[in-house]
Amino acid sequence: MAKGVKPRVKVPKSAAAGDTITIKTLISHKMESGQRKDDDGNVIPRSIINRFTCEFNGQNVIDVALEPAISTNPYFEFEAIVPEAGEFKFTWYDDDGSVYETAKAIAVE
Amino acid sequence: MALTRRYFLVTGTGALAAAGLGLPALASATDDAIAAFTGGAPVADGGVTLTAPEIAENGNTVPIEVDAPGASEIIILADGNPLPGVATFMFGPMAAARSGSTRIRLAGTQNVIAVAKMEDGTFAKAQAAVKVTIGGCGG
Repeated sequence: MAKGVKPRVKVPKSAAAGDTITIKTLISHKMESGQRKDDDGNVIPRSIINRFTCEFNGQNVIDVALEPAISTNPYFEFEAIVPEAGEFKFTWYDDDGSVYETAKAIAVE
Repeated sequence: MALTRRYFLVTGTGALAAAGLGLPALASATDDAIAAFTGGAPVADGGVTLTAPEIAENGNTVPIEVDAPGASEIIILADGNPLPGVATFMFGPMAAARSGSTRIRLAGTQNVIAVAKMEDGTFAKAQAAVKVTIGGCGG
């Protein structure tokens, strides 16, 4: 597992039913592209997060396939519908098989 | 008039813009990636909005935003990178808008291309030229 991976997610605490909300996510990860070389000229092996998904109550919001061209500390911003109270679940999949998860509950006013 | 640095910069960028910023070095790999995504179907222009900065000072983090109403998938490509693929957004039933923002790496001045697969099976694309001051490939 890559060290110091910390997901951060910003979701409103509540919304009106049927509202559209903006979600912002950031995960700290060095996203080694596999293109760089170390001081001895050896290629540093690729180590990135290759997939990010967001689900609301088990239904998919967005599913992103990441390539090495995504910046260090991958950031995503997108919009979701909130038909009812529930929980957003965020999952990041690392090249090394690690899975990072976090969840945020949202209430309906 | 002395050829000042500013004068040189202004005329230099003007000439670049006039040349259409053509950097077709790795265009074939990009075309292959588009063909793999569309399955060879024709790609229309328009229907996709790709927002990228005109000039990016740091190629390591270039903020981009795509918006394609009615799209089910959007693929983002950079035609001047060692590998053209950047990201693929797939939208689910709970996505309110077919849009997303992220930050990408660009190795140098090049075009960023977004190809959207619409829900009716057609494809559309948008393209934006980004000038990069410092490339984002390390090394």
